Amino acid sequence: MSMPLLRVDQLVKRFGGLAATDHATLHVKQGEIHALIGPNGAGKTTLIHQISGALRPDEGHIVFNGEDLTHTAMHQRARLGLVRSYQITSVFTRLTVQDNLALAIQAGEGTSFNFWQPARSEHARYAHAAEVAERVGLRAQLMQPAGALSHGEQRQLEVGLALATSPKLMLLDEPMAGMGPDESERMVQLLQSLRGDTTLLLVEHDMDAVFRLADTISVLVSGQVIACGTAEQIKNDAAVKRAYLGDE
Amino acid sequence: MANSSSNISLDHALHWRCSVPGLLLLAALPFIASAAGESFYIALASRILIFALAATSLNFILGFGGMVSFGHAAFVGVGAYSVAILTQMGITDAWVLWPAAMMVSALFALLIGAMSLRTQGVYFIMITLAFAQMIYYLTISIKAYGGDDGLSLAGRSQISFLDINDDTRFYYVVLAVCVASIYAVARVLNARFGHVLQAIRENEVRMQALGYAVYRYKLAAFVMAGTLAGLAGALLANQGGFVSPALMQWSQSGLLMMMVILGGVGHLYGGVLGAVVFLLLEETLSHFTIHWQLGLGALLLAVVLLAPNGLTSVLQRIQRQGQP
Repeated sequence: MSMPLLRVDQLVKRFGGLAATDHATLHVKQGEIHALIGPNGAGKTTLIHQISGALRPDEGHIVFNGEDLTHTAMHQRARLGLVRSYQITSVFTRLTVQDNLALAIQAGEGTSFNFWQPARSEHARYAHAAEVAERVGLRAQLMQPAGALSHGEQRQLEVGLALATSPKLMLLDEPMAGMGPDESERMVQLLQSLRGDTTLLLVEHDMDAVFRLADTISVLVSGQVIACGTAEQIKNDAAVKRAYLGDE
Repeated sequence: MANSSSNISLDHALHWRCSVPGLLLLAALPFIASAAGESFYIALASRILIFALAATSLNFILGFGGMVSFGHAAFVGVGAYSVAILTQMGITDAWVLWPAAMMVSALFALLIGAMSLRTQGVYFIMITLAFAQMIYYLTISIKAYGGDDGLSLAGRSQISFLDINDDTRFYYVVLAVCVASIYAVARVLNARFGHVLQAIRENEVRMQALGYAVYRYKLAAFVMAGTLAGLAGALLANQGGFVSPALMQWSQSGLLMMMVILGGVGHLYGGVLGAVVFLLLEETLSHFTIHWQLGLGALLLAVVLLAPNGLTSVLQRIQRQGQP
């Protein structure tokens, strides 16, 4: 059995008396699309925050690519290939799509403590930015400021920023948030196209999208992972049904 | 671009078409002033250029790095005092004094920045102000270096091949230092580091999520700004032949901030334009009335209300309208 790319082990995060994450355990295999679902308030975002490094867990371990990252800073995790996107779009609204992506690429390669060479002379990096824009469907908007993009396009850029760092694992926090059916469809296609290039762990409410995309689904309820399996297994899981539909 | 306010460029041009004529004018200024029999203006011009350098160094972190430092005069003062104290100890070589002043200011900026940059927003403003006031009161209390009364320099620093005790020569040295510094600032802004710095101003959390050690970039920028301010301080000590704690009082930090806001926050020449307009107005208005600060205040209000991006943005707008 091969080692999982990401191993979340018995993670606990308490806010006062409430355990938002309660001994959550999760394994993400190399190359898969793994979806994390759960009812509102299950602690999905809290878990994503801990995996990305925005929050520190009280107990447990996060092991990524064989390395214990439980206490590693967010920017170092990103450098190691564990990169997140945001549920509430967080792009550089006043910069062009090209600059947005070029900065993300720059984060993943070489040092940025260069004080003299014009950054604009790095043609390879800007060409790479155009390629990433092409992949996320923003080639035509390359020179537009990100703030001028539609909501759906900003969501695509959000994914593009994470993708441009050449990550090993992308944590996508509700990539379809606030999208209409057409935009959602485009996002599903985009995520589908990433299969094989990188590993995805996504939190998503759109069940249709989850069942189409995910190889593995984990269900989080009250801070615990109560089930993990393929779409078929999850659909037929008694505990999951109870969590979503209630006991009666 | 249709909407220029919602979109910014990470690159900052030197604007040759404006800067070269401006530079030529500055180079010719001593001749014009002598011809007009008003050589006093050469000293004034030196002072303005030195403040232009100090304001530019503040603009580097405030305008491009989003760090609202309210204690920037402290680094100017530390640079000035370094020159004064070392001169008193018998060191006169400018090649030693000025780099020493820059290094001492850099060290202060490193210590103050390392602590201040752990805070955000209003707390950052207050903590930088607090550190600056600490240094201010420290200089007042050290009687060996003049305390409240300040310290006079025996003479200007010595440059082996050039006697800068002459005001005109000193002016040219200041001009050269300013030009070199602004060129360096432009290079840094347009390099990888500058792009990262400006992106941190735009969205700090996202930069962290992308893998940037944000704190380190901000600290490096803070130290660079402190170093340049120290150089301005070294020049200022030479210009006046006198240093006093007043150089690093909080009102001086406020003055530098006003220059930046007046000229244009986040514009390469914002600090320069702000210093020129501010000090020239101070000079002219104070001829007419002792209440000159009232006029200056009114102007600042007008700029903030009518041209929130400073005078450079007004110039840019005029330039853009001039083009078809």
